[in-house]
Amino acid sequence: MTRGIRDKVAIIGMGCTKFSEWWDKSASDLLVEAAFETYESAGIDPSQIDACWLGTLGSGESGLMLSEPLKLDYVPVTRVENFCASGSEAFRQACYAVASGASDMAMAVGVEKLKDNGYSGLVGRGGDTDGTEPAISAPASFALLAPAYFHKYGVDPEKGKEILSRIAMKNHANGVMNPRAQYRRAVTMESCQTSPMVAAPLGIMDCSGVSDGAAAAIVVRAEDAHKYTDNPLYVKGLAVAAGPGEGQFDPEYDFTTVRENVRAAELAYAEAGITDPRAQISMAEVHDCFTPTELVIYEDLGFSERGKGWKDVLDGTFELQGALPVNPDGGLKSFGHPIGASGLRMIFECWTQFRREAGERQIKKLKKPMLGLTHNLGGRPWKCVAFVGIYGTELG
Amino acid sequence: MIGIIACGGYVPYNRLQRSEIQKEFGTNGLKGERAIAGFDEDSATMAVAASLNALSNGAVRDLAGVYFATTTSPYAEKQSDTLIAAALDLSDQIRTAEFTNTLRAGTTALRAAFDSVTAGASSVLVTAGDMRPGGASGQNEATFGDAGAALIIGSENVLASVVGSASIALDIVDTWRNQGDTMVRNWDERYQMAYGYGEAIPRVLKAVFEETGVKAEDISKVIFPVAPKAQALLLKQGFERGQVADSLLNDVGLTGAPHPLLMLVNELEQSSAGDKILLLGYGEGADAIIFEVRPEIANFKPRRSVADLVASKRNDITYATYLKWRQRLDTEPPRRPEPSRPSSPFMRRRAKNNLALYGSRCTACGTPQFPAQRVCYKCRKRDEMEPYGFRDKSGRLTTWSADYLSYSLSPPEIVAVIDFEGGGRIMCNMADTRPEQIEIGQNVEMTLRKMFTAGGIHSYFWKAQNIR
Repeated sequence: MTRGIRDKVAIIGMGCTKFSEWWDKSASDLLVEAAFETYESAGIDPSQIDACWLGTLGSGESGLMLSEPLKLDYVPVTRVENFCASGSEAFRQACYAVASGASDMAMAVGVEKLKDNGYSGLVGRGGDTDGTEPAISAPASFALLAPAYFHKYGVDPEKGKEILSRIAMKNHANGVMNPRAQYRRAVTMESCQTSPMVAAPLGIMDCSGVSDGAAAAIVVRAEDAHKYTDNPLYVKGLAVAAGPGEGQFDPEYDFTTVRENVRAAELAYAEAGITDPRAQISMAEVHDCFTPTELVIYEDLGFSERGKGWKDVLDGTFELQGALPVNPDGGLKSFGHPIGASGLRMIFECWTQFRREAGERQIKKLKKPMLGLTHNLGGRPWKCVAFVGIYGTELG
Repeated sequence: MIGIIACGGYVPYNRLQRSEIQKEFGTNGLKGERAIAGFDEDSATMAVAASLNALSNGAVRDLAGVYFATTTSPYAEKQSDTLIAAALDLSDQIRTAEFTNTLRAGTTALRAAFDSVTAGASSVLVTAGDMRPGGASGQNEATFGDAGAALIIGSENVLASVVGSASIALDIVDTWRNQGDTMVRNWDERYQMAYGYGEAIPRVLKAVFEETGVKAEDISKVIFPVAPKAQALLLKQGFERGQVADSLLNDVGLTGAPHPLLMLVNELEQSSAGDKILLLGYGEGADAIIFEVRPEIANFKPRRSVADLVASKRNDITYATYLKWRQRLDTEPPRRPEPSRPSSPFMRRRAKNNLALYGSRCTACGTPQFPAQRVCYKCRKRDEMEPYGFRDKSGRLTTWSADYLSYSLSPPEIVAVIDFEGGGRIMCNMADTRPEQIEIGQNVEMTLRKMFTAGGIHSYFWKAQNIR
């Protein structure tokens, strides 16, 4: 076990734009808005920041994408990309810089501008290929989880579709109460069940929102946190697992789990000292890119026993005032998914809930000590990078 | 003795009922249905499918040549024989040639193969595929069909020996399609009957009978790959109606260069030792070949007979869908980025993977994997791999989705995870499959298809399909 960075780094300020189809804002606009909100949240002057990391899948390149709109004063800025986990990756790099002593105050920013390309849904950008990759969209990739899960656990496909719809309904119900969310309308079982098919068995209501947005965090060494705020959020554990892609070769991989999720959770729990996640975690923000992804995540992260996640869905375990609230801000489903921003948006909800600033979607009973989890996934179920982060309001 | 040592046909799964066309234009006409290549098939993929069928019983090895006959070659410049040879995983020490630009290409390629084997080649694959364009609402569109066929010519274990053959070359403009033309055109039918096959067929029959000493009454079946109405010409040449082979017009259509070969395969599959079969090919002259079926025919069975393939079908394709597949309708493209041109160096590096569906098998732990890997996913050993073929392995469907979003001429594109008997997995698209035909655990087989064309380059790869 590595020594880790538990309790070495604290978040002192965060910001997040409303996620939306921002036809009249550029990526630069969104970066400026998220960064300046974060400066204000931390009560600092931007000149105090000595290093930045910027996460974006493809809205721009290099550190200049951030330094130019923010007019940063010749500080190191690095653009990082780790698929849909790019925002979490930027945060991880900023934390490590502070934990190592190389940096006193670092900022992580995530951004994505998806709505300028003229397509609905995500558009892949790759290098040269031999043209043999199967035609398989992101929703179809994650749709593969559904029939496999239902088949393995004897869930009738119609019942399965109802369970997936319940996940969408929960996230939308939370998003309704979130002024920063992209979609603020409750959805019904009927509208989920009858939404146009995108990748069978997934309809449009099983898919996350495609949006533009940005989010940011400023971190300092834990011992300095109280200079800036009375309510810092301490980083308890950060883990990324990049898989060898076994799922595409290995018939033993049965598409009812994402192995990278399991590994990232193990690492993060070990660093944070979590032994019983279902009992200990106060709230979680997970990567619900598509409804079956969230179902599988419950089991991968140890919130539900294997094969029992669907029962927990029906029992309301993960609803806003349930035993373990998941995606209280609406999740990717309702808050929207501007790729590079999503990882930081998830941390922003932990920040907001733990400061009891979540308004009508405030979780009433947050387990003590307050521990929040964010889970961010980039890639496909059979080959991806998965991130798990744990944050707490108390040291120790 | 030289002759046919293996054979196999290929009829695509999809059919267009001719009444569908007539419904659209408010006309009456030909009954029955025609075979149509899927949106992801072309002349070369159909030739590969027929060749795999011919090679399926494993009797033939060490082919010395591939002759591909087509009037609709996937490329105007660049042969497809090499693609076919690569898909069949043949040695590179072979001769290849494309026989093209005439309906007679199939029979002409056969005669060339006889010469090659006579000159010492061990065996030569003659394969054909065509998907000829007929103008919308016209007679050609209704009568044409798409198909493939394959015959292997050799000198050992001959199923049907060559008794003799003859050719006549006559320059005539009766059926033609120029560079850039989008449809086949024809001169007056009566002129064709008088001076097209009306002239060539009697002359080639005379020549082949003179050479072999065989007479019309000795022939069990005469194969003349034209519509039954035109086949009537044979009756004036001394043949009885019962000798005339089924033109397959009603179920398949007239398939162009492969048609004489497909009809021959169909007849061979129903023939018995001692039968004499006369094969005619027509186009700017004619070819005639007489075969004598040998006792070895009793031991030969391709994986799928022409009759099996004709019976295995989907025939509810609408006329508009057919036009869309052929890109003869100005349909709205998918609202997704168009595929970019595949990289030729990338394609070359992966040729064995992509065309013959090889992966690798770790010699340290024995685990098969696709595509070929350097480091084993199972035991993590480096570079202890040997090539491992998946093409002929049967597969089982583990999970799937119907993708309405990805770029496709025929959504939804079925995506499937296939686990092979003996180990290994592939994630691929499925061909000729509708969502309601899928169940987890069902068996599938692999079929070479065209993924897309971009920058004038065709990208070919394997898809899974329900077992036909």
